[in-house]
Amino acid sequence: MREQSKINIKNLNFYYGEKQVIKDLSLEIPKNEIFAILGPANSGITTLLRTLNRLCHLTPEARQEGEVFLDGKNIFDSDVSVTELRRRVGMVFDVPTTLPMSIFDNVALGPSLRGIKSKKILEEEVEKALRMSALWDDVKDRLHTPAARLSGGQQQRLCIARVLALEPEVILLDRPCSALDPISTAKIEESLMQLKEELTIIIAPHSIQQAGRIADRVAFMLMGDLIEEGPTQDVFSVPKDQRTNDYLTGRYG
Amino acid sequence: MRINAKTTQKIAKTIIWTAALLVLAVLFSIIIYILAKGIPMISWQFLTEIPRNMGRSGGISSSIVGTLLVTAVAVIVATPFGIGTAIYLTEYTQESKVTRIIRFSAESLAGIPSIVYGLFGFIFFVIYLKMGWSILSGGLTLAIMILPTIIRTSEEAIRTVPQLYREVGFSLGATKWQAITKTVLPSALPGIVNGVILSVGRCVAETAAVMLTAGSTLRMPTSLFSPTRTMAVHFYILAREGISMDNAYGTAALLIILILLINVGFNMLVNRFIAKGR
Repeated sequence: MREQSKINIKNLNFYYGEKQVIKDLSLEIPKNEIFAILGPANSGITTLLRTLNRLCHLTPEARQEGEVFLDGKNIFDSDVSVTELRRRVGMVFDVPTTLPMSIFDNVALGPSLRGIKSKKILEEEVEKALRMSALWDDVKDRLHTPAARLSGGQQQRLCIARVLALEPEVILLDRPCSALDPISTAKIEESLMQLKEELTIIIAPHSIQQAGRIADRVAFMLMGDLIEEGPTQDVFSVPKDQRTNDYLTGRYG
Repeated sequence: MRINAKTTQKIAKTIIWTAALLVLAVLFSIIIYILAKGIPMISWQFLTEIPRNMGRSGGISSSIVGTLLVTAVAVIVATPFGIGTAIYLTEYTQESKVTRIIRFSAESLAGIPSIVYGLFGFIFFVIYLKMGWSILSGGLTLAIMILPTIIRTSEEAIRTVPQLYREVGFSLGATKWQAITKTVLPSALPGIVNGVILSVGRCVAETAAVMLTAGSTLRMPTSLFSPTRTMAVHFYILAREGISMDNAYGTAALLIILILLINVGFNMLVNRFIAKGR
């Protein structure tokens, strides 16, 4: 195990009922980097991300084998608190999912679920999170207006702020820019580049170009198999596997 | 002979318009007729005095108070049970024989005529539990009556909350109960409140069930164990026994206005507190 690895996945198999969506996958994800997982649709990327915060266990027929270590501790151990794990490993979904409440309440939701009631502390945390996601200047005068009135890009940055308010160690982003325009996408990418100073980011990018712009390392998955993994430069310039090459040159959708 | 598409369209449009207009016309003529006959009867005295001379003169203040109390008891009792059942059905069970039985029971309850609820309330609350004719007996009977409506509307409201909202809750470290109370219920609340408003309307207007359980005294109620005559029962008796058609219309008009006020009031509450995030 490398010194700096934040997450270490060992021989992970994942099934929905009879269907195997992740096949014997082992992967180390280093700390304070942006790690991109590439692959065509149905490669098991979403499932992999949702395994890391055990969100996929909400599906009744889901079942996994293998181990996922977060800071050396297996997250599937029975003494791991799922709610605590999900606070440490935050998640941003592919479509902006603001809840039907005010901007403030959306961001304050995580801390208040943790039991923080003091209005002053909540206000501080909300401001800090909104600043980190570069949304503060846009919304500081209308924190108590409905979140649904924000634009799509702002809503997604709000979702990132909501996750940051948990003060997580890792954030998982599942194609966070797939519903956004290029300018909003650029803003989010910029925020991510700054955020990696403080936390570990795992992203399923919505395009190969996005991975090229922001990722330190990339992995390529196909039909539940991890094909190859390495520093972005290396994988993009000299892919070891023919299938990675085919994907990067646009031969899979 | 075939009629061309344009003509069919015209005929269909005419029929649909006529149907809609006819319905509106009937509805408005009833409301306008009652308001026209009743509003002149409504005065400060009518609102604040208790009925005298069997309701021939005096006001209906005791009936107004009785109506509001019976309705309040019913809604306060039925709402938590209704929402609780709806949460159980939507969040805590897989579709199974048990949920089908619960849902089927609730739907059957909705189809029972109110007089049957009245009879049940009379036998169970009034006689067996010795509550007598009282606001409590009437309110509890009405609570059972409106339970299916609240369960069904709440269940539908909760079901329409996107699965993603629950996942957002969980992904932020919520326990199951937190995910329900912090993300699901706030989103479903407008729909749930709608069901409650519907139920309030039914309680205020109910006659048969309350007559058998809350009694028909004209005295001002002093506690939840006092019997009372609700407004609907009052004007039923006034009209049925030919005591005073004028006061019957006055009561009916007030009942319509009351239901309107309750609807508007609830909607304002929803807009003010619940839907501020929309």
